[in-house]
Amino acid sequence: MQKVTGELLINKALELLDNGTVNRVLGWKRGEFAYDMTPAVFADAEELKNNFVFNDFCGANFSKYLIAETRKEGKVLVFLKPCDSYSFNQLLTEHRFDREKVYAVGIPCEGMVDISKVKKAAGDGILDIVCENDGLVVKTLYDTDKVIDCKEVLAERCVSCKSRKCVAYDELLGENGDVLDSSRFDEVEKLEKMTEDERYAFWQNELSRCIRCNACRDVCPACTCEKCVFDNPDSGVENKAVSDSFEEKMFHIIRAFHVAGRCTDCGECSRVCPQHIPLHLLNRKFIKDINEFYGDYQAGAEVGSRAPLVNYTVDDLEPSEAVQKGDADNA
Amino acid sequence: MQVKGEYKPLIVAFCCNWCSYAGADLAGNNRLNYPDNVKIIKVPCSCRVNPMFVLRAFQRGADGVILCGCHPGDCHYTSGNYYTRRRMALLFSMLNYLGIEKERTRVEWVSAAEGAKFAATMNEFTEAVAALGENKRLEDLRCKK
Amino acid sequence: MRKCSIQALDTVFETIAEAAVLYLPVDGDNGASYKKWEKGTVMSNALNTVRSPKDFFFPQSENLMEFRTSGKTIEVIDKREEKEDFVVFGVRACDVKSFDILDRVFLNEPCDSYYADRREHGTIVSMACTRPVETCFCQTFGIDASNPAGDLSCWKTETDVYFQANTEKGEKLLAAIAGVTEESDDTAVKAQQEKTREIMKKLPLADLTTEGFGAGKTAELFNAPEWKELSQSCLGCGTCTFVCPTCQCYDIKDFKTGKGVIRFRCWDSCMYSDFTKMAHGNPRLSQLERFRQRFMHKLVYYPENNDGVYSCVGCGRCLAKCPISMNIVKVMRTIGGKADE
Repeated sequence: MQKVTGELLINKALELLDNGTVNRVLGWKRGEFAYDMTPAVFADAEELKNNFVFNDFCGANFSKYLIAETRKEGKVLVFLKPCDSYSFNQLLTEHRFDREKVYAVGIPCEGMVDISKVKKAAGDGILDIVCENDGLVVKTLYDTDKVIDCKEVLAERCVSCKSRKCVAYDELLGENGDVLDSSRFDEVEKLEKMTEDERYAFWQNELSRCIRCNACRDVCPACTCEKCVFDNPDSGVENKAVSDSFEEKMFHIIRAFHVAGRCTDCGECSRVCPQHIPLHLLNRKFIKDINEFYGDYQAGAEVGSRAPLVNYTVDDLEPSEAVQKGDADNA
Repeated sequence: MQVKGEYKPLIVAFCCNWCSYAGADLAGNNRLNYPDNVKIIKVPCSCRVNPMFVLRAFQRGADGVILCGCHPGDCHYTSGNYYTRRRMALLFSMLNYLGIEKERTRVEWVSAAEGAKFAATMNEFTEAVAALGENKRLEDLRCKK
Repeated sequence: MRKCSIQALDTVFETIAEAAVLYLPVDGDNGASYKKWEKGTVMSNALNTVRSPKDFFFPQSENLMEFRTSGKTIEVIDKREEKEDFVVFGVRACDVKSFDILDRVFLNEPCDSYYADRREHGTIVSMACTRPVETCFCQTFGIDASNPAGDLSCWKTETDVYFQANTEKGEKLLAAIAGVTEESDDTAVKAQQEKTREIMKKLPLADLTTEGFGAGKTAELFNAPEWKELSQSCLGCGTCTFVCPTCQCYDIKDFKTGKGVIRFRCWDSCMYSDFTKMAHGNPRLSQLERFRQRFMHKLVYYPENNDGVYSCVGCGRCLAKCPISMNIVKVMRTIGGKADE
């Protein structure tokens, strides 16, 4: 259950629209069901009052939308959850949008719910979901109403939340949280402890499900190339389909590598994957390696920091040592 | 000498123009032996090697990929090989994380004066890759037939 | 109509698998998917597989031919392989209907021989739905989830499985499993259908209609101002098109193997920036145009060319999978609703 209500956000948005600070608002728009919010731009007060929502299903990270939004006339209001604010800073570091054209309101987040977990817990045919205290009352077609503890159905990225601290905002609603001692590298460690063969089997199984829809890339706030190499017919690697199992490995290695050191671990890639491939495990491997090899680094924690891959020290460790270190099975 | 029919791994060696390629040249001038299945690709600097180059080498049939550049501190462009070092450390660690044998990838610093080191490195690397056998985990079947 | 007990279903599978390769939906950690039947395989009761069964006839990627050069000659190698007969078991009513939609594209002159070949070798055994979910809207397109088409229709009750052949292929299959099944009346099936139809009426999307869409609506809808708002948050990924059972656009590309060239066909997505790219460039430069193309194709262009048949079957996959939850239902509600005013 979120600490800030949709109503509070609507009032804040109305106030800022009214006093002319902004001329439009980026927000979550009510859908057909209780859980299918769509990111939308609201310019009209009535529309805002009727259709703006904020609840446990508003996972979408708005930072990337700012690249397109800030190219338009006037200032836009954006609501940033803690993880979104890291992406916001990272994009600013890379000069991807005009800070002057954004009014950012930081909002606390208690973690977002993964709807596929709700479906598993409550059964098929979800007709309505009402948030009550720390639970969700789920009404379905075939079963009696069920009360589910929010904590049981949190998205993976929220279970291992790295920070509840908004790191970028013009104004903060509610109280700011802290950087957390997160368990987000546990899964990576588990994989590192496996043998090469086991790891290969694990990833072969996961990546073979990939349908190359590119959702992980297109949603990623760090993937902001104007033209991706995988969309460029002249690159020799452009491909829309997995024609060979090599293609899926190539795509996912390059995707993760290109955001290494810039990925804030917002977890959008894993959220949107229609095949539930744990893509965050690739990103987190890079983050973990970077932390261990070159010192702790959190992308987006502040504006203007130098990313580890565009930096060096004369006594960095050698690649052979790095591979030994990263492979706990043989260490 | 390789016996006909015996498995010969294909090795792709990316060598920087200023040190390692000259090192390979020196190895040749000094008549030092290294396997003919090492295919050298000259690059302006080791940091020209994009992770995609490494993957595509595997896709096109390489069994092992080695990068050679100037010794850290000696880069013709001052700092290129420092970036290479970080990039390849992360890339190779990731490849191993995906279950690709770590012996298939290597970075070695070879100066223009180290013809002997070049030959020795190639001999040793080829042997290590040969011990692993064919690259199956990063192969593209379309390129095999 | 014939029937067998639930327990005998494994024997039915075994019998079918003797003569043809049998595929059926199997549960996995991340949803159901079609798998080849082997002894001990348990059929999933899931409503939908994550990927639609269109792969069986129109695979995501397929090699068409290969070119090899030696000197000044080019050898063209046909990559087609001898197909074996196969049976796809447990296809839902919506997905069965999607094959009709694909047929109209691929079997019309000029007939796509790669597709036709697969179609010829495949037999579809459908499975009636009993537990539709909130994302289902097949009834909008006149599909009866409780009475699926296909070569052989199938109903599963608590105790028995009922079979009804609809085509020659279905008759043949039914004859093959005659030893395991017995003649039966349709009382139980009728009762189940009645029940399912009642549930269908209660679905949240039961009131969705195609009003405002269809043949001849291009001029009216193409420049509708609503497209801008609808498409503004579209990421331009291909999820909706790749999980869709009726999306049929493809691209033909060449892959250089180092020893020759493989010409292959792969699914394309109108959401992608290089969709229908031609020598002069790309005809749809903005995401708005690409987004509009998808829905105009399904709801206007396709019916215009195909006797009013819509190119959507209401399976609900795109509703469940879109990263930003923008989908055909929201488009129909926004633009179709406007037409009523």
